[in-house]
Amino acid sequence: MPDAAPLMPRKTSDGGSKTPRDRLLPGALRLERLALQVAGRLLVNIEKLTLDPRSVTVIMGPNGAGKSLFLRLVHGLIPPTQGWISWGEVACGEATRSTQAMVFQKPVLLRRSVAANIDFVLRRRAGTKAERRARCDELLTRVGLAGQAQQPARLLSGGEQQRLALARALATRPKVLLLDEPTASLDPASVQMIEQIVLASSAEQTKVIFVTHDVGQARRLAGDVAFLHHGQLVEYGPATAFFANPSSEAAKAYLSGRIVL
Amino acid sequence: MQDFAGAFGLAFGLIASGDADLFEIVGLSMRVSLMALLLSCLIGFPIGALLVVRKFFGRGIVIALVNSMMGFPPVVIGLLIYLVLSRAGPMGWLGLLYSPTAMIIAQTVLIAPIVAALSRQVLEALQAEYDEQFRSLGISRGRAMLALIVDGRYGLVTVALAGFGRAVAEVGAVIIVGGNIEHLTRVMTTAIALETSKGDLGMALALGIILMSIAISVNLGAGALRAIAERQAYA
Amino acid sequence: MKRTTLFGAALLSILATVASAEDPSILVQSTTSTQNSGFYDYILPIYKSETGVTVNVVAVGTGQAIKNAQNCDADVLLVHAKAAEKKFVDEGFGVARSDLMYNDFVIVGPAADPAGIAGGKDAVAAFKAIAEKKALFASRGDDSGTNKAELKLWDKAGIDIKAASGDWYRATGSGMGATLNASVGMGAYTISDRATWISFGNKGDYLIEVEGDPVLFNQYGIILVNPEKCPSVKADLGQQFIDWLISPHGQELIAANKLDGKQLFFPNAKP
Repeated sequence: MPDAAPLMPRKTSDGGSKTPRDRLLPGALRLERLALQVAGRLLVNIEKLTLDPRSVTVIMGPNGAGKSLFLRLVHGLIPPTQGWISWGEVACGEATRSTQAMVFQKPVLLRRSVAANIDFVLRRRAGTKAERRARCDELLTRVGLAGQAQQPARLLSGGEQQRLALARALATRPKVLLLDEPTASLDPASVQMIEQIVLASSAEQTKVIFVTHDVGQARRLAGDVAFLHHGQLVEYGPATAFFANPSSEAAKAYLSGRIVL
Repeated sequence: MQDFAGAFGLAFGLIASGDADLFEIVGLSMRVSLMALLLSCLIGFPIGALLVVRKFFGRGIVIALVNSMMGFPPVVIGLLIYLVLSRAGPMGWLGLLYSPTAMIIAQTVLIAPIVAALSRQVLEALQAEYDEQFRSLGISRGRAMLALIVDGRYGLVTVALAGFGRAVAEVGAVIIVGGNIEHLTRVMTTAIALETSKGDLGMALALGIILMSIAISVNLGAGALRAIAERQAYA
Repeated sequence: MKRTTLFGAALLSILATVASAEDPSILVQSTTSTQNSGFYDYILPIYKSETGVTVNVVAVGTGQAIKNAQNCDADVLLVHAKAAEKKFVDEGFGVARSDLMYNDFVIVGPAADPAGIAGGKDAVAAFKAIAEKKALFASRGDDSGTNKAELKLWDKAGIDIKAASGDWYRATGSGMGATLNASVGMGAYTISDRATWISFGNKGDYLIEVEGDPVLFNQYGIILVNPEKCPSVKADLGQQFIDWLISPHGQELIAANKLDGKQLFFPNAKP
């Protein structure tokens, strides 16, 4: 198996960084010797990784590859057993988390109206009621929920709920947007809307890390791809190169639609 | 043997005739218990939320303590409050013994732990759902507690009901600190105890029927509230 | 926030109703026998209408009433246990004790009368017969005035009720009414003050078995709690209540208090 020993990323440790200043961007994720062990099982084990600080990075891999755990680790929601994570030379923690927003696979919505879910996040920031309302309207319009502002959030359809979760994530004006399979089992219209919003955010200088195991979606979104398998980073590189010619057997098998164990 | 039909008749007769003493007693019962409930919720909800949000050292012991306080016998609580509020006691200068305020204090001491322990259980499930999202959003502990209480409101109504039920049905503590003084501290339960001891079982039963009717209507009201909440997927 | 203001207003209004302004009032620690017999329901409205003073009564056993008064949780003490009352005054807790009124104790029991004491005039002999037959007897067992009087009778009869407790002797540890309920419930004899017995509403087939023995005399006394020991005592209002009760007017009212045509208490204050 190619993953018996930790594989080095295909690219050098500089990843996509083009200039030394890039290392200071809030989206410049660097990690070394990252490991997460739970009940004696090594669930994540990545020797070294440096991400392009601007691109949309898609994390791919079969179920159980550790994609969600990876996202939670770099967001600082769970502490690693060992290793070192930093964003723009700032150690991963509350400070970096406050510049990021995460959208979970299953949206977690407050038991309140759609607008109140947005306002809950907006209220953390200063601003008059009128300003908050204007921003709320803007965000809801962006995700196509303007007409449902006063509805109970938990009565929305799955796709609408996820769009609301995305709007709430954007309400914090994050420098980094982390998405954990946000469109799994959603209606196509919602998938398309979410992808468009993600790409638009990326165009506005937001670093995006998007976990998916939908190959078509990865092709549509990815600037670069990290492929995880059994908790290890099998390969990382520009999307074009990855899709044209994956270097690992696991990624080849995965892309060709074969079952990867 | 007293007959139950007679007691029911007496109960409805009392209500229909607008008996002033009866309404005074029912009113005081409600006022004391609702006030105690309000204070208990103000104390108990934040404690319940705090126990859910903060995983501090010794939390397990605090939870065990609060849970066991739920089972404290009301007479013991009443006796302790009596000793504190008695003129000879440390807070005697307040002159609160044998007043509705003393009864509110006793009932609050009695039901605040119930509200705290039950709301912790209700909020625990909510916290499991919200925790990661809140940490991701950088929500402070204080705001998280508030959000849990607000979003758990329909579950907490049930908690409050349990507390109210215990407060309004309680006799051991309020008879010690209230003294069952007519027109001052006589509430439904102490009036029932008095009528029973006078051997006027019909009147006692009539009061009991009224007390139970109040309990049932309060619960029905809360059930309706819950049904509305569920329709909005807020429960 | 509008909602916060509303909530605060609601909270304040509840607090305000609870702590509403009070009329002049005094607190009397007294016995369950006087309350259960309806004595206070009769006399206090008259007092209130004549003086405007509200009398709040806490009715417990005599023993507990005295203890509560020793804790300064009373202005006036109205009980029936002469020895304990004298001790209360001697120790400085009370100012002075006045005889107020009396009634008497009666021994009541089921119509079946298993100990065969009905119609007797000798309370001690009746107690001896109850003990002999091991007929059930319910005692207050709460250190009340009635309880103390009852224990004195057992003592005179030379019967060790401690040995019988839980067997045929049942100490309920409750007030007079509750003990009467318990007696009727288990078919036991008991001793009650006459006033409570007359007004008791759950008599079943119970009758007075023994009455009229001088040892069954039941004297009530009234005492002002000593303001020197308890500065919170409303001495003026308390004394006013005592003076009113022992005045010829008050004594007449006590004598006029009747239930089913039977006089409940017999005034005997010495002016």
